[in-house]
Amino acid sequence: MEYKRPSSLKPTPSGFCPGCMHSLATKLIADVIEELGQQENCVHVAPVGCATLNLAYWKGDIIGAAHGRAPAVATGFKRTNPDRLVFAYQGDGDCAAIGLAEIMGAANRGENFTVIFFNNQTYGMTGGQMAPTTLIGQKTTTTRYGRDPLTTGYPLKMCELLATLEAPAFISRYALNTPKGCMEARKAIKKGFTLQMENKGFSFIELLGNCPTNWGLTPLQTMEYMDTNTIPYFVPGVYKDKYAEVK
Amino acid sequence: MAKQLVKGNEAIAEAAVRAGCRFFAGYPITPQNEIPEYLSWRLPEVGGVFVQGESEVASVNMVYGAAASGCRAMTSSSGPGISLKSEGISYLAGTQLPAVIVNISRGGPGLGSIQPAQQDYLQATKAMGHGGFHVMVFAPATLQEAVDLTYDAWEYAERDRNPVLILMDGCLGSIMEQVEFPPMKEPDRKGTHAWDLNLKEGEKRNGRLLTPYFPEALLEIKNKSHKMMIEKWQRNDVKVEEFMVDDAEYVVVAYGISARVAKEAILRLREEGENVGMIRPITLSPFPKQSFRNLNYDQVKGIIDVELAIPAQMHDDIALEVLGRAPIYEYCRSGGLLFDDEGIYAAVKKIIDGGAK
Repeated sequence: MEYKRPSSLKPTPSGFCPGCMHSLATKLIADVIEELGQQENCVHVAPVGCATLNLAYWKGDIIGAAHGRAPAVATGFKRTNPDRLVFAYQGDGDCAAIGLAEIMGAANRGENFTVIFFNNQTYGMTGGQMAPTTLIGQKTTTTRYGRDPLTTGYPLKMCELLATLEAPAFISRYALNTPKGCMEARKAIKKGFTLQMENKGFSFIELLGNCPTNWGLTPLQTMEYMDTNTIPYFVPGVYKDKYAEVK
Repeated sequence: MAKQLVKGNEAIAEAAVRAGCRFFAGYPITPQNEIPEYLSWRLPEVGGVFVQGESEVASVNMVYGAAASGCRAMTSSSGPGISLKSEGISYLAGTQLPAVIVNISRGGPGLGSIQPAQQDYLQATKAMGHGGFHVMVFAPATLQEAVDLTYDAWEYAERDRNPVLILMDGCLGSIMEQVEFPPMKEPDRKGTHAWDLNLKEGEKRNGRLLTPYFPEALLEIKNKSHKMMIEKWQRNDVKVEEFMVDDAEYVVVAYGISARVAKEAILRLREEGENVGMIRPITLSPFPKQSFRNLNYDQVKGIIDVELAIPAQMHDDIALEVLGRAPIYEYCRSGGLLFDDEGIYAAVKKIIDGGAK
């Protein structure tokens, strides 16, 4: 396999922090788009948050959405243009807090597009406040002594939540801190896009990522942190697969 | 084409379909429910898409997505729902996407009442959302006017790459009247606009970026061009009805249902020999400033702002043009209570007779 810049990304340096897995996730998506030959047909609905930076790197058609509203924007676009490959990329604040209604609505209608959910348990762009997915005890700028479930509740498990719905076709979660996790994530993104191109409905792929800057850890330490803290709570795996091959 | 008897909300819905609107997303709220109800079956008939959104917020953002593909798209609501949509309307203006928003207005603030009112004038004309942008606001007074303004709304929205608001009170939304619908416009506009993410047949180009986010210097340039656009509206796009103002000593200012009721009162006052006229803004934004500048203030003894809003909301716009050259009186009701021609007649008569403050 040749390691190169996917053709859907501009030859500009990434604005993501060193060691941030947003760039990894972006690259995986762009790589799949290239493999499927969808560079020109693809429409990327960009969120608000760190992933807004994607507006500057992506070569294809992009729509910038308001915070949390990417699934609604994608609904409007895809419904009027069923032939385009549409995906929304959302962070955890975007998808699991302010945009909870939009993601639930789109998933429940079984909208025929793909949501890539990047979960790094923090509001990175605004400086590291508590996210809906912040782990119990995790320190953030709004939970200085660690997240306390008595006052802030528990980290929201989006895959598990969405898997209760009838309509979605494919829901799964992967951790990007190992090559294996990345390879599986890439496969899942390809599966989600392929299902969409076959008009098989809504797919949701959660990518567990890091935030070295706001976690206050080195990139290497974040990977260990994910192994010991994130992954045991947000268990990777396939939560719903309507079109799984019968074994 | 023969005239048809239709309800106000349905007249707007059918006019939208005739204008080439092929996407609607909305959320139930009284008194505009006939718009989504009608479009839920009508749009699929013409190959369009209807989505009942999970919220007002989601609905306006669906319109944002549909507009990004060059599709003529619309959403409708009433006061409380329009507040929720204001985020999306600001984003439409920020990203420069055309769309039509309908507000069938009711009593406010808060949940207010479900009865007709004109209490969203300031929201509509000054701040449809954060960030200091303006939209054109059409305020029909008859259902034929509602049809014609809705039919033309996308021409302005697409010319300006800016949302257009149709502000009509719940009274006009609910009444039935004879209208003549214009012919069906060709809805297939793929690839014909600068914001359209679809390609024309055989076209090759780089990806397009539709963004609500701008670097500082670019944003200032964009805002300057927005300002120029608003100034152009004032020069070219004002729609106003001046009714018996030439010899008027008293000028009623009213729009929408208020203007209709006021007209009856004015005709009666005229029969009694009183020189009363009316300025009826059809575009609330751009406001018909020139109509006030044209008045002969040696002749005009009073301006009477007639609105279904307390405190009166149009008053300041009138005062900015009248500049103290004539006293401005108000006759207003609010909260969902209407006035009748008798009430307006009595109020104007009292002002003429010098009994009003």
